[in-house]
Amino acid sequence: MPDETKNPNPVLPESEAPTTPQSGQAGEADASASSSVTPAAGNPDTSAEQSVSLPAKPEAAAKLDGPAKPVAAPATGEKPAAPVAAKPAAKPAPKPEGPKPEPWDSDLVGRLRSQYGSGIREASTYLGQKYLVLDSTILYEILLRMRNDELFDYCVDITAVHYPKREAQFDIIYVLYSFHHNERVRIKSYIKEDEHLPTAVGIWETANWLEREVYDMFGIVFDGHPDLKRILMPDGWKGHPLRKDYPILQQDQEWVKINLGIESGQ
Amino acid sequence: MSDSTRTDYLDLDTKDETFLDATELVLNMGPQHPSTHGVLRVILKLDGEKVLGTECVIGYLHRGVEKIGENRTYAMFNPYVDRMDYVASVSNGLGYCEAVEKLLNVEAPPRAQYIRVILTELCRIASHQVWLGTHALDIGALTPLFYCFRDREEILKIFEKYCGARLTTHAFRIGGCIYEAYDGFEQDCQKFCDAFLPKLDEYEELLTTNRIWVRRTKGVGILNPEDCIALGVTGPVLRAAGVKWDLRRAQPYEAYKDFDFEIPTGLNGDTYDRYLVRIEEMRQSVRIIRQAVEGLPQGPIMAKVPKVIKPPVGEIYHSIEAPKGELGYFIVSDGSTQPYRVRVRPPSFVNLQALDKMVRGLLVADVVAVIGTLDIVLGEVDR
Repeated sequence: MPDETKNPNPVLPESEAPTTPQSGQAGEADASASSSVTPAAGNPDTSAEQSVSLPAKPEAAAKLDGPAKPVAAPATGEKPAAPVAAKPAAKPAPKPEGPKPEPWDSDLVGRLRSQYGSGIREASTYLGQKYLVLDSTILYEILLRMRNDELFDYCVDITAVHYPKREAQFDIIYVLYSFHHNERVRIKSYIKEDEHLPTAVGIWETANWLEREVYDMFGIVFDGHPDLKRILMPDGWKGHPLRKDYPILQQDQEWVKINLGIESGQ
Repeated sequence: MSDSTRTDYLDLDTKDETFLDATELVLNMGPQHPSTHGVLRVILKLDGEKVLGTECVIGYLHRGVEKIGENRTYAMFNPYVDRMDYVASVSNGLGYCEAVEKLLNVEAPPRAQYIRVILTELCRIASHQVWLGTHALDIGALTPLFYCFRDREEILKIFEKYCGARLTTHAFRIGGCIYEAYDGFEQDCQKFCDAFLPKLDEYEELLTTNRIWVRRTKGVGILNPEDCIALGVTGPVLRAAGVKWDLRRAQPYEAYKDFDFEIPTGLNGDTYDRYLVRIEEMRQSVRIIRQAVEGLPQGPIMAKVPKVIKPPVGEIYHSIEAPKGELGYFIVSDGSTQPYRVRVRPPSFVNLQALDKMVRGLLVADVVAVIGTLDIVLGEVDR
């Protein structure tokens, strides 16, 4: 944030700046905000409390860091005046871009909704691609159902995404395809760091290696998997490389030393 | 000396059944075995010559492509994908570029799409030629290797003239193509097509009715359609089992809906059928190339794509029919210049999983044939 240095008030920039990253994921923005507020303010405020305290500050200060507002606005929402004055300075382009997920209505979703209710958290299409977001507790049931009743007989891929700042750190994603309907659906669920998932090997045999790879790369454990061990990394390796807290240059130095007889691969 | 102490010690009551009856032998094939096509280690559990079970050990070529992708911009990651399936690098690039284009919600202009189709189909032929040459070599036919590599040279020459590279081409860019078709591109492609079809017949003359070839491949490594689907096997292996499914037809991408081509399928799902399917696929590729060259439209080759590629927040899964099967890219964008996550769904990796099912009960020599017929590239398996 360029305005941080200009601002006379030492408290404000600290509390304002963290809300600026233009990441669309509200969860992430919140997490980064609260984490960087704490050292300066001294109390672990959530971003909601922080926004309440803001209007009490002098207006001049609020105007100074105007360009930060357009992005922060949805989170705070209490000071709509400032961004208007500052808007020309901010880039207008990033706001309107991006198609939004649209609700996905179909018989399939209706059937699942009627049985599982709020367990189906979201059913949307994004750029024409359908996906469901589920509670991890009903994940296995739904997968089984998708295979047996809805004829999604081909499990294309199983993968995960790591969001270290979220409470439920991992997205687990199943890409399914139905030969009968020529249709692709993604099934997604959020799981916590030490949460185990039931294996899908009993549903699709192909899940075997795919789950092993997820385990290898992210450390997500699949209960009931016939042979859950590392697949791409060596057996004794420590750490799960595709986690976000695993830097790209990191290595298991000990393993490299013992097995390759060198100090480091770098 | 009493007899009882003796029998206790020698345990004479139980017959020694292990003598000359080595029921199980565990044998390592690879990682440096010529017919594993790279660094694949297959642990074989054998009863004499018969395979009781296998386990694949992979990862020797793991370079962390997905991790690299998270740490590079979208454009910078583009050349990396060529290094996965290095005998079909054009297809890899096509899949990646299309996935990012989808995320950006842009489409390559028609001329670029046609050029892409031509190069991808040439690449499919080149990939199948490498497969045929090495597969035949593994089984003991030396000549097809030379024939295939000789004819593949012509394709690589076209690649070289088009983009300067023969193997890891980096031919496409996000939004279209960066290079206009060179002078004589169409003629070169036509010339190749004309010259290639008789050569394809030549391959067939060598193998299709060759008694040794037929005995070594017919009924070997059978995979029925149900198993194929359960195991997620795609590409020619799935089609040889009789499932008429090709992503170019099922969910057309690029300009494939404009072209007329057949999807060859097999009946028995054995190694011989997979051979026939791939041979026929090469013919169909020639057909597509001819149509694309004839119908090559004029116009721009690059869509309007910002200099700095910053897709909006979102996730996309896009897959194409690579020579080996369904090659998918799952990309998560957080709105920055670098992908938050790139997942590659490699066909070789998933297809290789079927090896165990295919070789159980066969002989060791058949394992070689089956690895060949799966057409795996370890660079893609391990990524």
